[in-house]
Amino acid sequence: MADITFEGPYGRRPRSRISAQNIVIYSVLTLVAIYYLIPLYVMVVTSLKGLPEIRMGNIFSPPIEATFEPWARAWSSACTGLNCDGLQRGFWNSVRITVPSVVFSILIASINGYALANWRFKGSEVFFAVLMIGAFIPYQVMIYPMVILLRELGIYGTLTGLVLVHTIFGMPILTLLFRNYFTTLPEELFKAARVDGTGFWGIYFRIMLPLSVPMLVVAVILQATNIWNDFLFGVVFTRPEYYPMTVQLNNIVNTTTGVREYNVNMAATILTGLVPLLIYFVSGRLFVRGIAAGAVKG
Amino acid sequence: MMHQTVAATETSLAIRGLQLSFGAIQVLKDVNMEIGRGEFIVLLGGSGSGKSTILNCIAGLLDITDGQIFINGRNVTWDEPKDRGIGMVFQSYALYPQMSVRGNLAFGLKNARLPKDEIARRIDRAARILQIEEYLDRKPGALSGGQRQRVAIGRALVRDVDVFLFDEPLSNLDAKLRAELRVEIKRLHEKLGNTMVYVTHDQIEAMTLADRIALLRHGVIQQFASPDEIYRRPVNLYVAGFIGSPAMNFLKGRIEGGDFLFNAHRIPLAGYDGNPRDGEAILGIRPEHTTCTLGNGGLSAAVELQENMGAESVLHLSLEGQRFALRTSDDTRHPEGTRLSLSFDISRASLFDPQSELRL
Repeated sequence: MADITFEGPYGRRPRSRISAQNIVIYSVLTLVAIYYLIPLYVMVVTSLKGLPEIRMGNIFSPPIEATFEPWARAWSSACTGLNCDGLQRGFWNSVRITVPSVVFSILIASINGYALANWRFKGSEVFFAVLMIGAFIPYQVMIYPMVILLRELGIYGTLTGLVLVHTIFGMPILTLLFRNYFTTLPEELFKAARVDGTGFWGIYFRIMLPLSVPMLVVAVILQATNIWNDFLFGVVFTRPEYYPMTVQLNNIVNTTTGVREYNVNMAATILTGLVPLLIYFVSGRLFVRGIAAGAVKG
Repeated sequence: MMHQTVAATETSLAIRGLQLSFGAIQVLKDVNMEIGRGEFIVLLGGSGSGKSTILNCIAGLLDITDGQIFINGRNVTWDEPKDRGIGMVFQSYALYPQMSVRGNLAFGLKNARLPKDEIARRIDRAARILQIEEYLDRKPGALSGGQRQRVAIGRALVRDVDVFLFDEPLSNLDAKLRAELRVEIKRLHEKLGNTMVYVTHDQIEAMTLADRIALLRHGVIQQFASPDEIYRRPVNLYVAGFIGSPAMNFLKGRIEGGDFLFNAHRIPLAGYDGNPRDGEAILGIRPEHTTCTLGNGGLSAAVELQENMGAESVLHLSLEGQRFALRTSDDTRHPEGTRLSLSFDISRASLFDPQSELRL
């Protein structure tokens, strides 16, 4: 036994779970969480009520007679403008817009970022600077020129046109993201691959892309939620039969004729917001795993 | 592209008039080297000396501004790295993290579209030589630093090339492992007989590994000679000061009638390896070529500090207001202020011209 004085501190410092600091932190967190969850709660509860029950007031009370009929109506028979086939058309339109836009924008931006980070060419700095300026111009400014451009290309009002617009507008920020990520990878990895006889595409597909999983997940979250939630481009660049879900939702909620079906509106809103929520939950886990995997340096 | 043959077939690697500039900054100024087959060459220098730059030029990872590079008599100046017949080992290992060790070794061979059995044969051979058979199926992340560096060497080995390039391969390892791997690289070189070009800033690595050392400064080769020659007969003040630890001591004085005059002292130059003439000069004497006796006579200095390293100790002295280091295997303890009388081994000293800084 060593001579430890048992008066005064010794050994591990004691820590109490219930300290004043913890109480403050947890109560603030709980309050904020409740504050943010109340609207969602009201939405869910209202969407499960019938219209008579809603008219009774009491928006916080749970449904007496829960019904999924508003959800079914929102999906398949709510009227959006002229059509009365619900949100389903908008859902599939949004899928057909989001999936190619996400894939193309990330693919092109990652190649851009890779070229800018690893293959410095004459004028690459200027190119990057110009691209960055693009990130800071409010895109509303570019809507009118874009409409003309799409018209001249003959794809105005089509899904192709909208996918092109989303891909272009995603480019500056995504390129920045990928360029910065690729510059953090050791340059010697790139050199080793060149000695091993790989070219521009070989290094990109076989070395860089497998290493950029964490960044890809971030980019997918960013792009998928942005494009899914987009309203402005959807309404400007497409015809009604191609309206994305957000535009249809707006049309359902803002119908001025007939009875206001709050329950259907709430169900439609939740349905529309479900996709980004799902992306957050699923890829959030992947995201953490991706970062953990990327932390092991080779 | 022209492939002309060099007359001397014994030259493995030749660099002729190599220049490299980034804009207005000249990084390499007319570098010339002829390296024989099987030679172990170390490029030594401080940071910014251009040593790694030369290696990258040889590998073809940097486009040169002027000059030519020949490997095995073939002009490879404009060739892609993979076509030059080189293998390269990097400081950060640069293993592909998503591939197994086997995948790392096979990557270049698959790119070269070698048959499967040939790839397997080469990997087996490299794994046996480097003793990495046990972890061929592990990912680099699951290996220690020393194991990773072995795999990195393996990746150069499987390429079956004549020239190996090492870019500070041991700098990321701890001191003990570094010493072990240093010996292993030396053994590997003896076993394989390849030409090796090795970049380092560590003079111990340079002295122990090299057949010849090229000491660089500001993109210019200062001296390209055997370690012994560089240690014994440094061509200029910079080389003399760079090699050796503690560094060579320099005394400013003048030569007069075959003697070196330092302050009021006259040091005879009999036995000096060179032809010094009268005039201003700097005498360079290594700490290990100085001996001391207790006392106040002749050239005497006061002890400021003693560094004991076990087998030997370094005495930091004050010699007439100037710092002077002395290495001795005598384990006598000298308290601060002890007066020691010094004598030099002039046959191993160097004299330099203070203006041109060249050896006299």
